[in-house]
Amino acid sequence: MTSRRAALLAVIAPLVLAGCQLPTFGANHGATKGGTESFKLWQGFSVTAIIIGGFTFLLILWAAFRYRRRGDSIPRQTQYNIPLELIYTIIPILVVIGLFAATVVVENQVVSNPTPNATVDVTAFQWGWKFVYPGQNVVVVGQTTQDPTMVLPVGENVRIDLRSSDVVHGFYVPKLNFSRFAQPGLLNVFTFNIDQPGIYTGQCSQLCGLYHSLMYFQIKAVSPAAYQSWLSANALSPAQAAAAAAATASQASSGIPVKPAQTNYGVK
Amino acid sequence: MTDLIERPGTESFDHHGGHDEVHHDNHDHHGPSGLLKWLTSTDHKVIGINYTVTSVLMMVLGGALAEVIRAQLVSPTSTLVSFAQYNQLFTMHGSIMIYLFAGPFAFAGLANYLVPLQVGAPDMAFPRLNALSYWLYLGGTISMLLSFFATGGPAAFGWVGYAPLTSAVNAPGVGPDLWIGALMLTGFSAIFSGVNLVATIFYLRAPGMTLFRMPIFTWNMLVTGILILLAFPVLTAALVMLYCDRHFGTHIFEVQGGGVPLLWQHMFWFWGHPEVYILALPFFGMVSEVIPVFSKKPMFGYKGMVFATLTIAALSLGVWAHHMFTTGAVLLPFFSIMSLLIAVPTGIKIFNWIGTMWKGQVEYTSAMLFAVGFVITFLIGGITGIYLASPPLDFFTHDTYFVVAHFHSVVMALVIGAMAGIYFWGPKITGYKLHEGWGKAQFWTLFIGTQLFTFPLYWVGLKGMPRRMAVYPNNPSWQALNQWATVGAILIGISTLLFVINVLVSWRKPIPAGDNPWDANSLEWFTTSPPPHHNFLSLPKIRSERPTWDYNHPDYPALGHGKHAGAETQEKANA
Ligand code: HEM
Ligand SMILES: [Cu+2]
Ligand SMILES: [Cu+2]
Repeated sequence: MTSRRAALLAVIAPLVLAGCQLPTFGANHGATKGGTESFKLWQGFSVTAIIIGGFTFLLILWAAFRYRRRGDSIPRQTQYNIPLELIYTIIPILVVIGLFAATVVVENQVVSNPTPNATVDVTAFQWGWKFVYPGQNVVVVGQTTQDPTMVLPVGENVRIDLRSSDVVHGFYVPKLNFSRFAQPGLLNVFTFNIDQPGIYTGQCSQLCGLYHSLMYFQIKAVSPAAYQSWLSANALSPAQAAAAAAATASQASSGIPVKPAQTNYGVK
Repeated sequence: MTDLIERPGTESFDHHGGHDEVHHDNHDHHGPSGLLKWLTSTDHKVIGINYTVTSVLMMVLGGALAEVIRAQLVSPTSTLVSFAQYNQLFTMHGSIMIYLFAGPFAFAGLANYLVPLQVGAPDMAFPRLNALSYWLYLGGTISMLLSFFATGGPAAFGWVGYAPLTSAVNAPGVGPDLWIGALMLTGFSAIFSGVNLVATIFYLRAPGMTLFRMPIFTWNMLVTGILILLAFPVLTAALVMLYCDRHFGTHIFEVQGGGVPLLWQHMFWFWGHPEVYILALPFFGMVSEVIPVFSKKPMFGYKGMVFATLTIAALSLGVWAHHMFTTGAVLLPFFSIMSLLIAVPTGIKIFNWIGTMWKGQVEYTSAMLFAVGFVITFLIGGITGIYLASPPLDFFTHDTYFVVAHFHSVVMALVIGAMAGIYFWGPKITGYKLHEGWGKAQFWTLFIGTQLFTFPLYWVGLKGMPRRMAVYPNNPSWQALNQWATVGAILIGISTLLFVINVLVSWRKPIPAGDNPWDANSLEWFTTSPPPHHNFLSLPKIRSERPTWDYNHPDYPALGHGKHAGAETQEKANA
């Protein structure tokens, strides 16, 4: 057990220890290491929310029903109760500090960038995705009706270099419990490690214009060996790959009429 | 004009000389009459009513657009509206609700009407500026509505208009320009309202009305006014820059030419998060007036309440980037702790409302039902907001229906709070009560509809449904939850119809209210319903934060006068 994890446990110990047995509270388990940690954090927040929110809710109901009008007498005109007010100021501060500590621990793990085993350059455009595997001569492009598939190795650190060639998009994979904006003029780098093979649907989460609703992609997580053979089976000649990587969005094929990219920002 | 900002006399009971007041009222306005009088009026009550009526109409329009959105989403591949129309629908729904309804209703509608009354002033500090505010707001509203008829349609880039989706290339046409114009006009109108609120509260309080005797509503409007002055100029500046980008070839928000699209998000949210509290604080204030009156107790923890409002306002200026966690370009821990901390003063408020009801004699008029409904709905929105303040959790909920559900719990709480305000102060404004039976029917449909609308959306958001989706063909399993949400939205629509019916019924068969139908606390209940032109014929002695109540209950010591006030009143109550 790492010291980070120990710190997390110390903060919301009983809740996280019981983590696996707790209900999901609606969230996905998260198929990456960071995603799983985020999921446990979600459970911790949910237990806290249900205890505090439930208690407050019951208090409201109690006050609302127990003290409903029973006559015309004027009740005692109490206006202050300083000890009580201090209690409901200090306890929430302590809870917030606890939630924050747990947040920082998980956050540091989710945004950390360990040395990658594989890297994919992702460019979002209206309305699709381009995946370039640098040094592998593999380029995958797809848009609207044809979702592109990003093949990735399971159990390895995958680094995504995320850019946009036009407006803001969102790289969002619900089952991995993660999203990140793709922004013009900004490079976003993040690393994750998928722990189970499978197909994970991704989708653009940030409104990007007309066909925003159709900007899907797939992540297919396979064994490292299968990943390597997929790479070699799909390798283009270096010249072809360079041309494909440089091609603008409008050159990708699609069934739906696509607005030609009027602007092709030089991404930093 | 000078006598408009004159302080009311002393603590005397005959400020303007009793019955002469009627004449005083008339000789003040020899000029225009009828429509022209209304058009040129600088009376804060007329302006307040204008604002309230216009903004409630906008709420109905925004709600109608929302019903179309919900109708589209009952099926994953619905073709009720096109992709382009869908984007226009939620953009206009969000924009109308935020820019034209929630804010103007709160800080310029009821506040305009009530703040001078609550501090015992004859009008706002700058009555002409106040009139200008309304006409600017109306101009902005017309600009927004005209954009429906623009070639190419209205704006379709969401109510937040993230650059560069708003550029001349990505959003060509007049529609987006009218949207920018609407925001600028309503922005200036808001700034002028803020100036007026702050000046009125600082300079026009009646003798005896010290800061810590002001009603919580007025306190909240003071803080709202300050927040407006700090936040709105930033939005207005950003809009000017956007307009220059679109028309004068600048590149402030465009990468091409060296601009920074992210700057828009910073400027927008630097306004946008305080705006959340600019919207919410007035409603907090409204229920803080309603709950004590119908619990027959003073506001519990009054000073703590003021302190909580000030803390919320201060924190709200330092949390804007919690809307930008997924940009990868902001300092996560700072904005996370600041956002989490806001839960503390917000919690204090909720506990204070509970404390006010505790051991009271809670009387369920429609206004009180709406107030309690507000507290519960706001509690749900507040709790789910705590999740979003944690970056790892925001990473998978940002831009999903979880966020839509979270902020609709909050904004629907505001709608419920608005109704509490209308049922509570309506009698003061019109002289007539709204019908209680219809009011209760409206409450239950609105309250149940709201929860039925938001709960499935939390769920479907966690399953991964992004917001602003016209269709969801790959995910038929999201359909059932969406249909439940639509049922909730229909109930909300029905509640609006019940409200309209209630207004008509109460119009046909008026129920006279009298000056002080609820045995209330603050000064507005001391004058007539509706109040005369300069508000007060006389003022009571102001010795506590509820002067009208003190006046009507001379047997009870004023709050803060005598350490054991509670015990004394208890004996009297028993006697
Ligand atoms: C009848 C009650 C309401 C219903 C049924 C409703 C429904 C919706 C729905 C379904 C969306 C999401 C659209 C999408 O993302 O595709 C939405 C967005 C939104 N709503 Fe509401 N809403 C209601 C009331 C309100 C109120 C009272 C406010 C504010 C005071 C409000 C403010 C917004 C905003 C700001 C958005 C975001 C628009 C955007 O994404 O650009 N709504 N509403
Ligand atoms: Cu998109
Ligand atoms: Cu915010």
